[in-house]
Amino acid sequence: MSGGFARHRRSGQVIANFTGFEADLLRSLASQLVELLRNEAAVPRDTADPFEALMDFSGPTVEPEDPVLARLFPTAYPGDEESSSEFRRFTEGTLRDGKAKAACTVIDGLEEAGLPPELTEDGLMIDVELDEPTAETWLRSFTDLRLALATRLEVEEGDEDFWHALPDEDPRAQAHDIYEWVGYLQETLVDALSG
Amino acid sequence: MCHDGTVSAASPVEVEPTTTPDEITVPAVPWVTIVWNDPVNLMSYVTYVFQKYFGYSKKKSEKLMMEVHEDGKSVVSTGSREEMERDVQAMHEYGLWATLERSE
Repeated sequence: MSGGFARHRRSGQVIANFTGFEADLLRSLASQLVELLRNEAAVPRDTADPFEALMDFSGPTVEPEDPVLARLFPTAYPGDEESSSEFRRFTEGTLRDGKAKAACTVIDGLEEAGLPPELTEDGLMIDVELDEPTAETWLRSFTDLRLALATRLEVEEGDEDFWHALPDEDPRAQAHDIYEWVGYLQETLVDALSG
Repeated sequence: MCHDGTVSAASPVEVEPTTTPDEITVPAVPWVTIVWNDPVNLMSYVTYVFQKYFGYSKKKSEKLMMEVHEDGKSVVSTGSREEMERDVQAMHEYGLWATLERSE
């Protein structure tokens, strides 16, 4: 498993090594986020696989009913509908574009580092090397990914025991493991950028 | 995009020649940006955002982050309504849950 991000002492670049599987997983999460942000008319996909359903935050997107979008673009003036919608009108498009671009930066970074369009090869390692502004973009995008996953999973304050008590084969446990893994990556990225 | 109900520029106002523009535009009632606690954002990340965006010291950023974490919310900046809208938008860009309101 990836040891997360670190600052390369001599070059100052932020570096990380991912297995092909990990890089492919990050790309898949980032792609779904882009899809959600760019496709407002998307309809919920009918999927029989409960794990896939949990990992799928590419729809429904009827705004602001979609809870992921509601969390990514919170109401700025609680209790003041008119000001809130004005604020939304002026900011949400820009915010959506920014978040979609950030997720694309992650996807591009992984692909430029050698992640093929279709992962077929075993034992592939993806070494990413980011300058500081790019690393900060990744940091912001990891936040969006974690917010999306946590919203779909309905993560709450202090609910760690619930997640850890779930049997391994529970799809929610697997999705939560991925959520925690992205959190771990983010923690190392904050460290690397703060150092 | 002036959302404020306090647009009084339409009526001619006598301005003392010695009054500087800054003194004229200081809002009587400032607005505040509030960041709310959420179960997702990492404490280290929230601290990082306060340092990076507001330029606050690590100590001040950690204090605000702890307020968010323990009290459920914290006032992270104060200023005009437009400035606070900018700050709230920036917080949303960083994925923090932020709102603005008139200062009590």
